[in-house]
Amino acid sequence: MKQLKKNGYIRAFQTAFPFTIPVMTGYLFIGIAFGVMYQEKGYNFLWAILMSVLVYAGSGQYLAVNFFAPGVSFLDVVFMTFMVNVRHIFYGLSLLERFGKMGKKRLYMIFSLTDETYSLFFITKVPKDVAEDKFLFAIALLDQIYWVVGSAIGALAGALIPFDAEGIDFAMTALFIVIFVEQWLAGGNRIPAMIGICAALLLRLICGSDNFILPSMICIMVCLIAGRKYIAEDEKKEAVNHAG
Amino acid sequence: MPVSTGRSLLIIIAVAATTFATRAIPFLLFPKGKEIPPMVQYLGKVLPPAVIGMLIIYCFKSVSVFRYPYGLPELIAAVVVIVLHVWKRNNLLSIGAGTVLYMFLVQQVF
Repeated sequence: MKQLKKNGYIRAFQTAFPFTIPVMTGYLFIGIAFGVMYQEKGYNFLWAILMSVLVYAGSGQYLAVNFFAPGVSFLDVVFMTFMVNVRHIFYGLSLLERFGKMGKKRLYMIFSLTDETYSLFFITKVPKDVAEDKFLFAIALLDQIYWVVGSAIGALAGALIPFDAEGIDFAMTALFIVIFVEQWLAGGNRIPAMIGICAALLLRLICGSDNFILPSMICIMVCLIAGRKYIAEDEKKEAVNHAG
Repeated sequence: MPVSTGRSLLIIIAVAATTFATRAIPFLLFPKGKEIPPMVQYLGKVLPPAVIGMLIIYCFKSVSVFRYPYGLPELIAAVVVIVLHVWKRNNLLSIGAGTVLYMFLVQQVF
């Protein structure tokens, strides 16, 4: 029985691995960039690992590097972290049911719900021969391992060789573009994707680069709710088309 | 280190707790076993593609099209990623080539 359970996990990790390769690429690069930045502040690779294990957030950790300076209060730390991560509040809405069935793993799944893992869950179909909960867990854990390894490499390499990492964070951008292209080519309803792009672009222009994410999320929610009848109709039609 | 070890640890804990809180809020609002309202179910379904669109804009948030280099490195690299990906559908290639090209553009060209 125990053997069987173990096999289930090995199988899940084997099946999940190919799906995580794009995140591996992105996370190694941006993890390295984080490690380099943190190391330049005077924190060695153990600190980078500690932060990547406990916090595990891309832009959150980039921002956090600035907190390690005299004069930054804990209120600043909490408020700024909250603002940069505020979009995460909405991610769980898509995963209430799937995580609900995950027993003890649920807490880790919630903790590890980054932009990339969330996007991956959305474009990945669970293969028929693996248990869904183990498969999702494998994706989440693999992604965090890439992130931790990347930050450790960055902190170590940054200390050994001076390395011009400018522009390396484009890996993250490229990853989202790839995911966007994938879902666009998959067909289906493209209205929500367009709403996301347009709302964010518009509010970036109105609110400026530092304060547009929360208004964008709210605008996206309002548009999706207001357009529900139309968008949901479209989805129904698609379901019929797929069936036929 | 610019601040003490103890303070550094506390900063990490504060960042970790705040980050976890943002991710946990929907699961606290709709706990296991509680009926999920149809509107929330619908949002859960249509939000991901909208969020991914928004994240792309988020990645480009600091780009200014009115100041040199007018967002050209970002535009060129993004177009290359899209074209490569539509053509080859190879994640590693699209992300790797796009990133290396972008680094070259911002470090050497612009």
